[in-house]
Amino acid sequence: MGSSKSTLQHIPNAQELIQETGFSPAHIQRLYERFDLLDRDQMGRLRVPDFEAIQELAENPIGDRIIGAFFASGKDTVDFPSFVRVLAHFQPTDANRSRDSAPEPYTSPNRKLRFAFQLYDQDRDGKISRAELLQVLQEMLGLQVSDEQLQSIAERAIQEADLDQDDAISFEEFKQSLEKVDIDQKMRIGFLS
Amino acid sequence: MQQQQQLRCCSSDCAFSDALFFSRRAVESIVDDEVTKCFSAQELENWNLLTRSNCRFRHISLRLTVLWGLGLLLRYCLLLPLRVALAVSGVPLLLVLTPLVSCLPDGALHSGLSEKVHIVCYGVFVRALTAIITYHHQENKPRDGGICVANHTTPIDIIILANDGCYSLVGQVHGGLMGLLQRALVKASSHIWFERSEAKDRHLVAKRLGDHVADKNKPPILIFPEGTCINNTSVMMFKKGSFEVGCSVYPVAIKYDPRFGDAFWNSSKCGIISYLLWTMSSWAIVCSVWYLPPMKREDGESAVDFSNRVKSAIAAQGGLVDLVW
Repeated sequence: MGSSKSTLQHIPNAQELIQETGFSPAHIQRLYERFDLLDRDQMGRLRVPDFEAIQELAENPIGDRIIGAFFASGKDTVDFPSFVRVLAHFQPTDANRSRDSAPEPYTSPNRKLRFAFQLYDQDRDGKISRAELLQVLQEMLGLQVSDEQLQSIAERAIQEADLDQDDAISFEEFKQSLEKVDIDQKMRIGFLS
Repeated sequence: MQQQQQLRCCSSDCAFSDALFFSRRAVESIVDDEVTKCFSAQELENWNLLTRSNCRFRHISLRLTVLWGLGLLLRYCLLLPLRVALAVSGVPLLLVLTPLVSCLPDGALHSGLSEKVHIVCYGVFVRALTAIITYHHQENKPRDGGICVANHTTPIDIIILANDGCYSLVGQVHGGLMGLLQRALVKASSHIWFERSEAKDRHLVAKRLGDHVADKNKPPILIFPEGTCINNTSVMMFKKGSFEVGCSVYPVAIKYDPRFGDAFWNSSKCGIISYLLWTMSSWAIVCSVWYLPPMKREDGESAVDFSNRVKSAIAAQGGLVDLVW
């Protein structure tokens, strides 16, 4: 009956977001409600504590990194369009409906891999250094695996992936090592509307 | 040993793909909170002219408001009084007929008549709610000496199922009107009511269930293993108690059509009387009931695995989401 369409009016730039990210109006609506719910001080922007309040996220080994991914460098708040843009990475690849050819749709495997790469490459220098890799492995496996074992896992990973022998993993090498993995399947969630 | 195995299989893509898994989980928890979604009423795509089911109510057009007003009038001035009258007359009917039946000695006549009384009374209640029920696969209807399990959305589930057969109900003893009804029902046929203290004792519960089931003449026991009302979009983890008894389990899937009225009882939001009034002032309760073929616990299968198997069967049939927790 269309009772939901009229509510998009109070969401800023809804139409542009729909075009850009490929979310349906119903998804945007749902995400806006979620954004509103998370925004505890109702300022229209999210802060780090708002994310940290999510129980499951706090328990996630790389929760902090994911939270960091929402905040553009130098900023400490997230507005709704940025929120949606980050989440757009996790749609199924075939769901992208953006009509005007955006340089690259959010759901392409390349964009998804870039997102994953940036989780590792925290200093944004375009390469995953040994130290950065160790840090991530420590967060994910630190409780189950000893330090020496972590070192050897990191060693093996670098040895196998580092093709130009510069002791760090570039984005291309990262992509190469994950070419057998179905990125779309691993990095998608069903956005319920 | 295990850790060495872990190392062997941990190649570079493993080191990287784990992060993908965790990032997905993280984003899932940001986007949606599965737990609370399950316990709030299901949202509809199109509005069915009931304000209660439109949580994002905004004024859309005059015509729609007029239609809604007419619907309101119809529901509250015509449907509701009729239904309340039916319900109110059904309760004394039950309270009067059951002692009459209990006067008869145990035997074929007693059980035959008690069945008739049940069907008549539940028929009245079903009409009081205007429940339009479609029963599927009635050849699989639960037989005596078994346990019938179903997904739980509302106390009305009992009326929906009991309209098509005699069941023995299980539950805690209540006071007030519910207690009166419980005592009345027990006069005509056997039900299992527990005192609050007894309900905590799992062995006692299991024993009473087992005894009832062992008597092949007693009607099947109706149990809702989820233990609480869910909003009819998914099936929650089943409590394993009823699956330990060891007899045939007859799964039943109940799916309500949300377009005519939301049957879900959110006990934190309203009490039973307001819930009933609310249901009686909706358009109707339309539901489908599927009787699934009986399942038995296989050798070596634990009660938990068995309960999960039954849960999946029910979720698959009813088109509900089979939740892991």
